[in-house]
Amino acid sequence: MLTVWAILIDGFIYASWLFLVAAGLTVIYGVMRILNMAHGSLYALGAYAAASALGLYYAGGGDQLWMAFVIIAVCAITIGAITGLAIERGLLRLMYGRDEILMLIITFAVLLILEDVMKLIWGTTPYFAYQPYAAMGRINIDVLTVSRYDLMVLVVSIVIGASLWFWLERTRIGKILRSIIHDREISQAMGVNVERMFTITFMIGATLGAIAGGITAPIISVVPGIGIEVIVLAFAVVVTGGLGSITGAAIGAIIVGLARATSIHTMPELELFIIYAVMAAVLVFRPHGLFGQAVARKI
Amino acid sequence: MHLDKTEISLIGVAVATALAAQLSPDWLVFTLTLAISTALVVMGVVMLMRAGLVSFGQGLFYCLGGYAVGLGGRFLGITDALLLIGLGVIVTVAVAMILGLLMTRYREIFFAMLSLAFSMILYGILVKSHGLGSTDGFGVVDWTLLWLESETADGANMALLLAIGLALTIALFLNRYFKSSIGLACEAIRENEVRVEYMGISRQQVLYINYVLAAAVGSVGGSMTALAAGHVDPTLAYWTVSGEFVFIALLGGTGHVAAPFIAALIFTLVRTYAVELAPNAWQMILGIVLLLIILFLPKGIWSLFTRKKGAAS
Amino acid sequence: MKTTQQPRTWQHVLFSATTSIFLASAGLLGLAANASAQDSFKVGFVTFLSGGASGPFGVPASQGAKLVVKAINEGTLPAPYDSQGVNGLSLQMVEVDEAGGPTKQVEEYRNLVQRQNVNAVIGYISSGDCLAIAPVAEEMETFTIAFDCGTSRMFEELDSPKYVFRTGLDAVADNVGAARYLAETHGDAKRIAGIQQNYAWGQDSWQDFTLAMEQLMPEAEIVNNQTPQIFQGSYGTEISALQTRRPDIVHSSMWGGDMESFVAQANARGLLSQATALLTTGESGLHRFDGQAPNGTIIGGRGPFGGFMPENDLSEWFSKAYEEEHGIPPSYPASKAAQAILALKYAADNSGADGVPSSEQLAAALKGAEFPSVSGTVNMGLSDGHQAVQPMLYGEYHFEDGKAELRNVKSYPGDCVSAPDGYNAQEWIKAGFPDSSCD
Repeated sequence: MLTVWAILIDGFIYASWLFLVAAGLTVIYGVMRILNMAHGSLYALGAYAAASALGLYYAGGGDQLWMAFVIIAVCAITIGAITGLAIERGLLRLMYGRDEILMLIITFAVLLILEDVMKLIWGTTPYFAYQPYAAMGRINIDVLTVSRYDLMVLVVSIVIGASLWFWLERTRIGKILRSIIHDREISQAMGVNVERMFTITFMIGATLGAIAGGITAPIISVVPGIGIEVIVLAFAVVVTGGLGSITGAAIGAIIVGLARATSIHTMPELELFIIYAVMAAVLVFRPHGLFGQAVARKI
Repeated sequence: MHLDKTEISLIGVAVATALAAQLSPDWLVFTLTLAISTALVVMGVVMLMRAGLVSFGQGLFYCLGGYAVGLGGRFLGITDALLLIGLGVIVTVAVAMILGLLMTRYREIFFAMLSLAFSMILYGILVKSHGLGSTDGFGVVDWTLLWLESETADGANMALLLAIGLALTIALFLNRYFKSSIGLACEAIRENEVRVEYMGISRQQVLYINYVLAAAVGSVGGSMTALAAGHVDPTLAYWTVSGEFVFIALLGGTGHVAAPFIAALIFTLVRTYAVELAPNAWQMILGIVLLLIILFLPKGIWSLFTRKKGAAS
Repeated sequence: MKTTQQPRTWQHVLFSATTSIFLASAGLLGLAANASAQDSFKVGFVTFLSGGASGPFGVPASQGAKLVVKAINEGTLPAPYDSQGVNGLSLQMVEVDEAGGPTKQVEEYRNLVQRQNVNAVIGYISSGDCLAIAPVAEEMETFTIAFDCGTSRMFEELDSPKYVFRTGLDAVADNVGAARYLAETHGDAKRIAGIQQNYAWGQDSWQDFTLAMEQLMPEAEIVNNQTPQIFQGSYGTEISALQTRRPDIVHSSMWGGDMESFVAQANARGLLSQATALLTTGESGLHRFDGQAPNGTIIGGRGPFGGFMPENDLSEWFSKAYEEEHGIPPSYPASKAAQAILALKYAADNSGADGVPSSEQLAAALKGAEFPSVSGTVNMGLSDGHQAVQPMLYGEYHFEDGKAELRNVKSYPGDCVSAPDGYNAQEWIKAGFPDSSCD
């Protein structure tokens, strides 16, 4: 029984983190049809910015928990928005209309460049901003313990997911975006400024990536290469759920999270396969993912 | 047999490279061997690309080819390079024939992700195989080629000549294949697969054959890499390696059988000099070079060699 | 429908010409490198400069190596290394990134030897790279020192090595030493769990550790082993899974950022107040945990390196010089890199060569040698004189008043933790450590 509870708790905590990482990816893909490999770099940028700023704050004698969260939020949003703007305006804009796969490779090149840029800025020494995670403490359930910080990630994830859903489904700008998703050319003909919408979307997606990194920073030690590790994970979640769907990303994250927790608690040696096995299994039965829509083929 | 101009020049370039290699420094011989092996796998990626499919899991077949050489030498006692490569092709074709039944139902990003998933599952299995050295991999036995031994004399040179021979055979075959009805049907599928069906061609069948052939070519590349480097490890199946193949394929373009070879050579040389000149920023250099090529040569490096740039579709 | 274009003949001429020019220029670049004068000794230094292993290992190692190389060229090292240069030649170091996997490293190794014409190569943190490089080094007859990689298969698979040396210990020594330390200090522990990165290093470490535990603490029960992916970073689920098994000891061979993350999370989640952690590479976090690891956590440094360095002239000089330049005391990868460079200087100075020593002369000088180093005297006593034998040390982490220190340090002599020549390491453990002496 203990194990079942542990699986549920761990599964949902991990799923909330996965959703945070994958949300930006799916938003960008949904609107722009770009599978953004550089999403991993934005995650890493957010993590580095937050970890180094937190390091400065704590080294300077600060010890206010709320201040730490303000720092994380400000750092992640600033760096995400700026980098997102730079990538979209400086590079992707020149490439619109190209093949989907070519766009993917372009973002891969961006990823390579950003990896080294981060190394030039922050060096290779791990950044270790554990203070907020340690300060929030834990809840004890029998022998199990749950970190309050992890629970907070769960809450943040739900809030971000709900706001994204509201933004896409209930606001004017969301309606415009959905019209672009539906048919880019017709919406342009109807007077939608598609380019500006793309800029906004990419900035929001990039910021989401950076926020995921920033919020993860106190849990992990921030080292070069963390970005590359999360990309495939995020891809797997997004493809399982159905590309471009927020609900899909959430359901995909929960399925992958629970499957992984089950494997770790019962058969730890299978952990490496489980994510890919889940993705392959879902795709075999739902070729476009759980919430993906088949595109009509042109004749 | 009548040879067309492309074929004559392919043979010419192969002979010239083989001769030039006798005068080249040893490191270049080795780099060239690796570049040719890589190019063979890239050729498989290009074959799929011509049919509109992008595989992020070609490392699966690359790895199968490599491990077939390693395991065949270690456990079956086979030392002949051609037999080892043949073994790799047989195993790979068997796997591809099963996976192909599923894979050919997918398109675009779903094809890419599913191929990635299968490649990563193989990676996971190999990482878990403690007996095979897990991520450390293991060494490939000293091999022979017909009556020659790789260890004596000039092993590196022999590997290169073998690679050139295989590459030439495959390039000549693919050059004809691309112009055969099935090769052309692949391109037609990329343009519009529904119309292809209307014309009475089974797209499933065409894609299936193409997929299995691409896998076999990838396997040869993997086997050749294993023979040259003398070591195999699960990294061969890791997704970043497959990503690199796609990268090189786009670099070269899909216009000609020679394109992957040139692209692979340029990629390898750019990387090795970048690593030497800027050990701390070689990824950045690689990224910038690739962006520049995508920006200024959208049809790949091969477009430099054709007069009518991008006069197509 | 795309039309297949038939390139004309002249285009092929152009193509062949371009290719030839390309090949020729690449060849010339290679020749140009040949031309460098031979009044210096050139050594290739290969270590991780990118990726997750660069921060905790690659870069400190590179810094340690550079520091020693600089001191060698200035002649400012303590005796017996106080002569300037190696065998009177100035020492030049070429750095290469170890990232990219064994195949790429084989290529880079060949480039180092054949294009850059280095006289020797030192490097390799990853075991896979060592396994791939060792036969190539023998084939190319180039003096090569592996300074860190820990696989016990390296010399098992190399038939009578001639040019390849290793100046560090293998993972067997780490884990046999860990089991001995546990038996001595935590003899009453009943439930043992583990968490290892899911790759060869983690699997080998856990195998050697559990085999040694069966011999040394047969009463203890192995309750669980978690294998998270390397660079995963967050270990929440693994920590819960470990907690539900209620272990007394958690053994981990995780290294670098992963190890630090695990310790911080396990501490915050309370796992480390339920169980004592045993970290075989924990020393690299000694000055970074900042109290995040509870006092009493058992840490090792893969031998007498980093915080475990004995006090001698060399180690004092090294610690002081490193701290002056980089602000923190050297961690074990830095000391191990320094040791390999010292081995090179020892070999070159004692090669008896006139001018640049050949690989054969270097190998003959280092084979079976005993040379002073930052870790005390190193005895190249195993694998026919190619593998170092050194003591293995473990100690407890203590953090008080903002300062970290090692307490309750115990040292196990080399013969006690490393398999003698002629034994497969795992067979040696299973047979109950024959021919070992632990006094």
